[in-house]
Amino acid sequence: MKLLNKSISYLSLSILAIVTLWAIIFYVNMLQEIKSSIDEGLENYKRLIIKNAEHDPSILTKNYFDESFFTIHPIEKQEALAFKDQYLDTIIAMQDADDQALEPEPVRMLVSAFESNGKFYRLKVANSMVEEDDLIGELLWDVVWLYLVLIIGILVINNIVLKKLWHPFYSLLAQLKSFRLGTSHELVRTNTTVKEFMDLESLMNHLLQQNINAFERQKEFVGNASHELQTPLAIITNKLELLLENAWVNAKEAESMAEIYQIVQRLIRLNNSLLLLTKIENKQFFDNRLVSINETVDQCVRDLEDMATFRKIKITVNAISPFKTYVDIYLANILVGNLVKNAVHHTSEKGIIIIHITEAKLQVQNTAADGPLEGELIFSRFYGSRKETDRSGLGLSIVRAIADLYGHRVQYGFDHGMHSFEIFFAPNKPSKT
Amino acid sequence: MKILVIEDEIQLLKNIKESLEKENFLVETAMGFETAMEKAMVYAYDCILLDIMLPNGSGLDILDELKKEGKQENVIIISAKDSLDDKLKGLDLGADDYLTKPFHLAELNARIKAVLRRKDLDGSRFMELGNTKLNIENRQFLVDGTPIPLNRKEFDILNYFMLNKSRLVTKNALAEHVWGDNSDQADNFDFVYYQIKNLRKRLLESKSGLEIDSVYGVGYKLIVK
Repeated sequence: MKLLNKSISYLSLSILAIVTLWAIIFYVNMLQEIKSSIDEGLENYKRLIIKNAEHDPSILTKNYFDESFFTIHPIEKQEALAFKDQYLDTIIAMQDADDQALEPEPVRMLVSAFESNGKFYRLKVANSMVEEDDLIGELLWDVVWLYLVLIIGILVINNIVLKKLWHPFYSLLAQLKSFRLGTSHELVRTNTTVKEFMDLESLMNHLLQQNINAFERQKEFVGNASHELQTPLAIITNKLELLLENAWVNAKEAESMAEIYQIVQRLIRLNNSLLLLTKIENKQFFDNRLVSINETVDQCVRDLEDMATFRKIKITVNAISPFKTYVDIYLANILVGNLVKNAVHHTSEKGIIIIHITEAKLQVQNTAADGPLEGELIFSRFYGSRKETDRSGLGLSIVRAIADLYGHRVQYGFDHGMHSFEIFFAPNKPSKT
Repeated sequence: MKILVIEDEIQLLKNIKESLEKENFLVETAMGFETAMEKAMVYAYDCILLDIMLPNGSGLDILDELKKEGKQENVIIISAKDSLDDKLKGLDLGADDYLTKPFHLAELNARIKAVLRRKDLDGSRFMELGNTKLNIENRQFLVDGTPIPLNRKEFDILNYFMLNKSRLVTKNALAEHVWGDNSDQADNFDFVYYQIKNLRKRLLESKSGLEIDSVYGVGYKLIVK
């Protein structure tokens, strides 16, 4: 959830609570105010009636509600003396403009007692009241509108203010997203005077710098380590070769030696691959010449022909158009070689490999032994080497490294039981000499 | 044939010396820059194996000095650095070949012999072994003077074996040499065996007197009966 949405969801909930509470209090207060105002009117009305009754006794006989909205009944003295003024909410049948017939409507009624010419009477004075359900309905709509206006207002203000306020943050975030160890050299930066963001920026840069340093040290270490391993590996290889030539070695010992020899060879392959990766990552290849990918593929297929034929794998080269690109010839051979080698290795017996070459694209397809592979992971180091102990597990990461070096895009796909590796070549320039 | 091996790593030096002596070369060794320079300048060798990184100096300086003095020695550079720059510099300075550590002894043999053969113009066309002859130039294999047809791979394999006669040629070394760099990651060398089987058949059918023995599953050895 985005920060903006989160803050709006919190705000809208709390505003809903506040507005609801406010509406209830407002309603109660308003109702009270209305009643007390009507009550004052009724009191005044009562006094007028009593005053009028002294001059016009006919009023005293009015015992039903008509247009003048009061009734007078004679009562006993005791009752009258004990009587206290009462304000009541009651209902009287009335008809107004929006009513078809008489309808019960709420009224405020004052019940009082008075004395006129020695006789006692009970007086009921009524006044129509605001209809509470109408009031509530009206108020409810007002509140809903208020709420909506508030939310929209906050939404707009939030959008503008938050975006403006958080701009440095989002800018840092975007820069961090595009940061790649080993390829990005720029640290993140933002123009802000807000202390929190300045702190964030400097902390991020501190962390990034540490990472970059660690990465450089690690790269250097891998490079040095594999380099230093070359001589000891040469010594072991050659010593074993000499030992295995000796006539006095018995068969059992020789077999163990042969096994050790194969393991050392594996170590050499692994080491060579690591060295190559380090060199590619350090951009130690500069000799970009115009290389025909078609010829590279043909040469590679020739080299691997025996390996493929032995496993009854058929390799077809489908060169739709000739394609040449500026690349270091050594790396071009490795790029194509590793892709095809990988295909040969992973195709089951009697499978097929199809190599398509079109303008700026090379595609290697091969019959899959199992289902699709994990698209992104297969290019990472040592993927798959856990299952197959004989492979270095670096072939495809070298492909990726070379592609990255030249800005080519590598893509894995799976279609109709075939693995497919595609390289989309980016245009490259010859190296300056 | 006299060979000078300049290498500062004693164990590697011992291996190379032992291997070359099996080929009946006379082997001189030098471990430091000064001794190496001295020996290279004073004596004449048929071939010099030169490590580039030496204590107190670079092998390239020795090479430079040799060429300045007009000495015609064949030089094969042995380096732990698989760097194109070094390779080009070395070859520019007049080195005949460049071999990267780690290498197979069979490959070293093949390189030395190739370099020596190039120098010795007369013997360059043929390699003789028992009753057989290998014509490198027109890629012909002769048994008692009769040409025996071999396919490209079979010829390359036989050539490599003849350069390493009676020596162990591991499947790895053979695959790398004959099938190229792309075979170096092969996890099994069955395809090598397949070609060896064919070659054995040809050698047997042609009554060549050559035989390819298996060595503990790790490689082969060409012997003359």
